[in-house]
Amino acid sequence: MNSPPPAALLECREVHKSFGPRTPALAGVSLAVSAGGLNALIGPDGAGKTTLMRLICGLLTAERGTVRVLGFDPVRAAQRIQERVSYMPQKFGLYEDLTVRENLDLYADLHGVSAAQRAQRYPQLLHMTDLRRFEGRLAGRLSGGMKQKLGLACTLVSSPQLLLLDEPTVGVDPLSRRELWQIVHHLVRDEGLTVLMSTAYLDEAERADRVIVLQSGRVLAEGAPQGITRLAAGRTFKLTPAAPESARTLQARLLASSTVIDAVPDAGAVRCVCAQPDGAAPAGSTPVAPRFEDGFMVLLRQRSVPEALTDILLAHPPAAASGAVIEVRDLVKRFGAFTAVDRVSFTVGRGEIFGLLGPNGAGKTTTFRMLCGLLAPSGGVLRVGGLDVARAGDAARGQLGYVAQKFSLYGPLTARENLEFFASAYGLRGAARRARIDWAMRQFELLEARGAAADLPGGFKQRLAMAAALLHEPRILFLDEPTSGADPLARRAFWRRISALADQGVTVVVTTHFMQEAEYCDHIVIMDAGRVLAQGTPAQVRALAPRHGLVEPTMEDAFIAVVERARAAEAAAPAAPAGAA
Amino acid sequence: MERRSSSEVRARLVRIGSLVRKEWRQMIRDPASIAIGVVLPVILILLFGYGLSLDVKNVPIAVLDQDGSSLASGLIGDLRLSPYFKPQSVTSLRAAEELLAQRSVEAIFTVPPDFARRASSTGAAVQLIVSGTDANTARIIEAYVNGVVSAWAARQAPALAGPVLVQSRLWFNSANDSRYFLVPGLIVLVMTLIGAFLTAMVVAREWERGTFEALFVTPVRAEEILLGKTIPYFALGMVGLALCVFSGRFLFHVPVRGSLVVLLAVSMLYVLVALAIGLLISSAAKNQLVASQVTLIATFMPAAMLSGLLFDLRSMPAGVRAITYLLPARYYVALLQTIFLAGDIWSVIVPNALALLAMLALLAVALGAITRKRLA
Repeated sequence: MNSPPPAALLECREVHKSFGPRTPALAGVSLAVSAGGLNALIGPDGAGKTTLMRLICGLLTAERGTVRVLGFDPVRAAQRIQERVSYMPQKFGLYEDLTVRENLDLYADLHGVSAAQRAQRYPQLLHMTDLRRFEGRLAGRLSGGMKQKLGLACTLVSSPQLLLLDEPTVGVDPLSRRELWQIVHHLVRDEGLTVLMSTAYLDEAERADRVIVLQSGRVLAEGAPQGITRLAAGRTFKLTPAAPESARTLQARLLASSTVIDAVPDAGAVRCVCAQPDGAAPAGSTPVAPRFEDGFMVLLRQRSVPEALTDILLAHPPAAASGAVIEVRDLVKRFGAFTAVDRVSFTVGRGEIFGLLGPNGAGKTTTFRMLCGLLAPSGGVLRVGGLDVARAGDAARGQLGYVAQKFSLYGPLTARENLEFFASAYGLRGAARRARIDWAMRQFELLEARGAAADLPGGFKQRLAMAAALLHEPRILFLDEPTSGADPLARRAFWRRISALADQGVTVVVTTHFMQEAEYCDHIVIMDAGRVLAQGTPAQVRALAPRHGLVEPTMEDAFIAVVERARAAEAAAPAAPAGAA
Repeated sequence: MERRSSSEVRARLVRIGSLVRKEWRQMIRDPASIAIGVVLPVILILLFGYGLSLDVKNVPIAVLDQDGSSLASGLIGDLRLSPYFKPQSVTSLRAAEELLAQRSVEAIFTVPPDFARRASSTGAAVQLIVSGTDANTARIIEAYVNGVVSAWAARQAPALAGPVLVQSRLWFNSANDSRYFLVPGLIVLVMTLIGAFLTAMVVAREWERGTFEALFVTPVRAEEILLGKTIPYFALGMVGLALCVFSGRFLFHVPVRGSLVVLLAVSMLYVLVALAIGLLISSAAKNQLVASQVTLIATFMPAAMLSGLLFDLRSMPAGVRAITYLLPARYYVALLQTIFLAGDIWSVIVPNALALLAMLALLAVALGAITRKRLA
C-alpha cells in the first residue's frame, strides 16, 4: 500500500519520557520537521536532546504522547523506521578491530546497498571524509576526528529518508569539524537530504535552516535561527578594556552587573548582552550586530533565573612567586619511531591561564601527561613549581591538580563519597579533610547532587572533577578538554570559576577545542604533529590569520590558517612519518 | 499479511553473512577469544593429563586388624613406620567405611581373620580399599602399600609358606584412569566457556562500546543479530571440541566407545544451549565485568562442581542433587561419559539429549521474547 508522503517527516506531540523518579527527560515535547533542510536541536546539557533522538529511532519508548516518523509509530513499527532513517549516535560505536573499509562494508550490507550503489558511493564518501588513505587501517587506530568522520560515512552509506545526528562534532577539532560540516551541507544542499542534528556549538546551529531549542525537556523556541538572533537586537555591545584592566577582569565586572545577561571575551575586547533592549548601555561601549549565541542567551535567561554563581574563594591562595611556575624547554616524547612531542618549549607564570590548542592527535594530551609526571619525557627540561618533575615526581605532583579528559570519577559513588576518597588519597585527614570537602561541596555547588556520580548531568560531573582536583589546594591546575561536550551555560560557568582561581594566584593550563575559549587565556600555544606552530597572547596569535577586509579574524580562523600553513609546508618538504594516533 | 519475497530473503542472508563475517574477524583479531577457544583446551588437557600428580605423604588410612596375631601387628607396624601413611586403627569395617565416605581416610587396609594361619600354610592376602575419587592419588597409594607389604614379606620370608598378596579394590572409580574421566570433563568445561562465557562477553562488549546503538538503527532484525553472534561461536566451539577429542584420543589414548556422530550431535546441542544462556545473560548484564561474573557463577562453576564431573552426583545431599537437574552440564556430562567410556547406550543418550533439547527450546522462546532492538 502506498500512502502519500506525510506533510511532516517527523512529528512529536506532547511527548513525555522519564527515567526513574528523577525529573523527566522530556516533559511534553511537540515539534514537527518537514522534508528538506538542516534542523538543529540545541539546548543545555540534560535538556533531553539524546532522549528525543532515541525515541525517534525507536530505541526508547515514550510514556505519553505520540511520535510519527515518516508516517510510522516508533513503538509499534520501529523496524520500519529503522529501515528508512540513518542515525549517528553521540558515541558512534565503530568496530575498532575492523578496518575502515570493513566498517563501511558492514553498514552497506546491513542497509542492503547494492554493488553498483557502492561503486558510486564509496569513492564519494572516502573523498569527502579524506579517509581513502586509511581504508586498510583499523578503526581503533584512527584519531578522534577521523573516527567521527568514519562514523558519519557509515551512517551515510545508504540514502536515508531522514538523517539523525546526535552531537556529531563533540571532541572534534576545528579542522575536522569544518570538514564534517561541509559533508553535511553538501548532502542537504545537493542531495536534498533532511537532517536533524543536535549540537552544543551555537555557531553550527546558526548555519542551520531551522533550530529547535530544548530546555529541561521542553521546546523553548522553534524557527529560523535569525528569529532567535533577533531576540538580542539592540542589546549587544562591545567594550575595550582600558589599559591596566584585562579583558577577563572587565568581563567579570560586567557579569556582576544586573543589567548584563552575558559577557564573553572576543578578540581582545568584551562582547556583552544587556538585559533590556536599548536600555542603559555600559559606559564606553559601542553597539554591535547581534549573533545567534546572543539571542540564545537572551532566550535561556527569559525562561530561567540565572544561577547565583558564587565566585570561588580559596582558603589559602598560593603565595606570590617570582619567575616561571612551569618551565618547558625542548620537551621531546617518542613512542618507538613515532615522535608525539617534538621540542616543545613554553613558560607559564603564576596566576596565568595558559591554553594548549591543536587538532586531534597533536600531542596535547601527551604533553599534559608529562607535565603531571604520568609519563617520562624522552628529552628536554621540565620544571613545575621549580621542581624537576622527572626527579622530584611526588613533590612536584603534590602541588598540582589534574582533571583528565574523561573525568576520573568513581561512577557508583556519590559526589561526597568521591570527594572523600580523593581527599584521603591526597593524605587529608580528620577535621582538615571535612573542612576541605565542605568547602568543595559549597564552592562547586554540589550540595544538591543526588545519587551516583555516573548518573549526574555532565555539568555536575565536570564540577565534581574540578572540585576533586582542588581538594589539596594545588598551586597549579591542569585541565584536559574540560569543556568538551558542555553546553554554553556550563562553559561560561566553568570559565568564570577558572578566572576566579587564576585571579587568586592559581596557575591554570588547559586544552580546548573551542577556539573562542582561547580568548580567556593569557597565553596560548597552537600545536600540531607534536610541534609548536604558534604562541603568544590571543591577540598575537589572532594576528596570524589572513585579514579579509574589515572583518576581524577570529581565533578559529587563525587556528585553521596556522595549522594548514604548517601542514602545507610539511607536505612540500620531504615527508616525515605522519602520526595520527 | 507480509509476504516474503525472494529479494527480502536474500537481503536477510546478506545481513546475517555480514554480521557473521564481522564477528569472525573480531574473534580472530582478539587474542582473548582465541585463547579461550583454542589455547585453553590444549593447556587444560596437557595440565590435567601430565602435570596433575599429587605428592602423596602422610595419607590417612584406616587399619582393621581382624586377625590380632603378632604377624599381623608386625605388618601393621611397618605400615606405621612408613612416611607415606598415617594409619588409624578401627575396630569394624562399618566404622572404616564411614571414615572413607567422609574422606577422613583415603583407604582401608584390612588384615583378614585367618591371616597368620594362611601365611604359614598356603600364602595369605590383605585387602586394600582405595577411594577412587582422585584416580592419581589412588594409584600411588596402591603402589606404596604394595611396596610396604612386599618389603615386609621379604624380611619374614623364612616364616612364610607362600606369598602375601594385596587384594586392592577401587571404590568410586572403577575405570581407574583419571584421563578417562578428565577428557569428557574438559570438553564440558571448554564448551561452557566458549558457549556461555565468550558470547556473554562479546555481547556485553557491544553494549559497553555503544556499537549496538548504531547497529540497531539499520534494517537488521533482532534475530539476525542473535544469529550473527551464534554462528561464529558455535564454530569456535566445534574447534574446541575437535581439539579435546583429538588430543584425548591420540595423546592419552582415551577410548571413544560410542560413535563420533552421536558425540558431535550431542555436543552441538550442548553448545547451542550454552550459547543461548550466554545471550540471555548478556541481555541483562550489559557490561563485561558483570557479564563475566554472572556467567562464571551461573554456568562455569556449576558445570565444574555440580555436573557429576568432579564429584559424584549420588554422593550429594538430596537438595543439592535436585538443583543439578536444572543444569544443562549435568546431562552433557552423563552423555559424554557414556559415549566415551561405555558406547552408544540409547537408554542413557535419549533421555539426556531430550532434556537438553527441551532446555534449548525453552531458552529460544525466552530469547525471542526479550530480544528487542531497544536500549532500555
